[in-house]
Amino acid sequence: MNAAFSRRTWPRPQSLREWLDQRFRYWALAPTLVVLLALTIYPLVQLLMMSVSTVSFAEGRVIWQFTGLDNFQTFLGDAIFPEAVRNTVLFVIVVVSVEMFLGLTLALIASQVKRFSGLLRAILMIPILVPAIAIGTVWRLLYNFEFGVFNQVLKALSLPPQNWNGSALLALPSIMVVDVWHWTAFIFLLMLAGIESLPIEPMEAARVDGASDWQLLRHVVLPLLRPTILVTLMFRTIFSFKVFDEVFLLTGGGPGNATEVISLYINRVFFGQSRMGYGALLSIITILLTAVFVILYNRSVRGRSSAA
Amino acid sequence: MILTRRWNVIGYVVLGLAAVITLFPFLFTFINSIKYYKDITSGTLIFQPTLVNYDRLFFSKQSAFMVNTTNSLIIAVVSTALVLVIAALGGYSLERFRWPRRFTGILAAWILLFHMIPGVTMVGPFYLLMRGIGLYDRLASVILSHVVLNLPMALWIVQSFLADLPVEMEEAAHIDGASNLGTFIKVVIPLIAPGLAAVAILTFVFSWNEFLFALNLTSTKAATIPVGIAKFAQQYEVRFGEMSAAAFFATLPAVIFLSFAQRQIVKGLTLGALK
Repeated sequence: MNAAFSRRTWPRPQSLREWLDQRFRYWALAPTLVVLLALTIYPLVQLLMMSVSTVSFAEGRVIWQFTGLDNFQTFLGDAIFPEAVRNTVLFVIVVVSVEMFLGLTLALIASQVKRFSGLLRAILMIPILVPAIAIGTVWRLLYNFEFGVFNQVLKALSLPPQNWNGSALLALPSIMVVDVWHWTAFIFLLMLAGIESLPIEPMEAARVDGASDWQLLRHVVLPLLRPTILVTLMFRTIFSFKVFDEVFLLTGGGPGNATEVISLYINRVFFGQSRMGYGALLSIITILLTAVFVILYNRSVRGRSSAA
Repeated sequence: MILTRRWNVIGYVVLGLAAVITLFPFLFTFINSIKYYKDITSGTLIFQPTLVNYDRLFFSKQSAFMVNTTNSLIIAVVSTALVLVIAALGGYSLERFRWPRRFTGILAAWILLFHMIPGVTMVGPFYLLMRGIGLYDRLASVILSHVVLNLPMALWIVQSFLADLPVEMEEAAHIDGASNLGTFIKVVIPLIAPGLAAVAILTFVFSWNEFLFALNLTSTKAATIPVGIAKFAQQYEVRFGEMSAAAFFATLPAVIFLSFAQRQIVKGLTLGALK
């Protein structure tokens, strides 16, 4: 019997080094646990404490004051947060629907194309990896009143130029366009991966049975893709719910509250108005909204698949 | 393959159009970045190219962009290194060793939930924490936030690469007398190197791009490129040339990585999202 085997069978350490090595799994996981405890659990506990307090800053010191349900009372009288929720939900529904449709369509097409497919994919992926702030800057210039591309096109068609980010009517749709440009590629990527891992046999069988392109898509490809579509839909919904960077740069929530979204509003409460306690309460409400969505979504998805 | 021929032509047209729509904003920005102010505002296509915007962006006395760039690089490199070490060890421990089912279940659920909640909900307590330990406006505060923000994705990628890996190699190393740590370094790391490359590239890029935490944990000394660009855009509404130059410069790492590591990026993004 060799040494390694016996050491694993009879864990009696011969030296400190061996003692440490037998506990490898503990200290290998330790950094992960330390990071999660210090930087996720602790902030969450902090958040709960902040939500029942008023936190103020004086002479570089932080002063905590327990104020019970005061923040909750503020919440009941807050007209902007519901508006931010409404804007965010509208934003999410529109951009996710459009992105899912475009991303899936592009992926279906790209899976058929052999030449240049690597190059095309690389180009289509660029927006996912670029700083959202850079994207916001780029689109700010595209939307520019004087020399932006959109107004130049309108001018060429002798139509009046538009204030894309400044008008209450156009501001939110303008941001939606940027988000679709930014994130369709992500759906495209996930769908393409899903399509490429599909088994080929059912499609060949359908072909042999004389299915048309549309029938093949409708009755074979889409049902097989269903799990990928459902997961992608959930992730994209969750992530578009976080929208912040582009709105921050393009409109800052304005004009008025026309593009006020949840992340932007909470950020302003925290840092613009220095209301750490109230911001914490809004954060907790937002976390609960996210959790409720995930649970409801998973339940409805599971319910439907067991019924089918 | 699965659809009929005629889709091929339509396919190239549609994908080509998508590629043009994707590239156009970058092209527009690049062109504006090499124009003088008067040529930007007139929207002309015929102009005298210039590097004055880049020169002012990086070398003018009022511009903090050089500091921002240095900060962004340091923060991205250090958080990438930390995430690699932490996630490789943690993912290996979770995937290959026996832990109580309930413990790993709760841990996985917590990591997923943390990944899903909007970052803004954590940025308030983060600010108080970093102020409290004297790290406000220091690189370390941004690094710590980027480590924890990227850790979930990194753990998923490491774990799924390990899950695809037969355990026999590691067992063979043990039988040859290698320690757990030795096996991890000499056998496991080389085998999951493609996964670690994906983790490294994505962490670097996401750290380079991250705005919300960098914005609120810094003021001037530790501000990153996105923070610099946003402040610049708000302060000097009309310095379009420098704005374009900054935005174009900020996109370069993504383009560089895509040009040589597209496969790792695709694998990492799909694993990180679909796991």
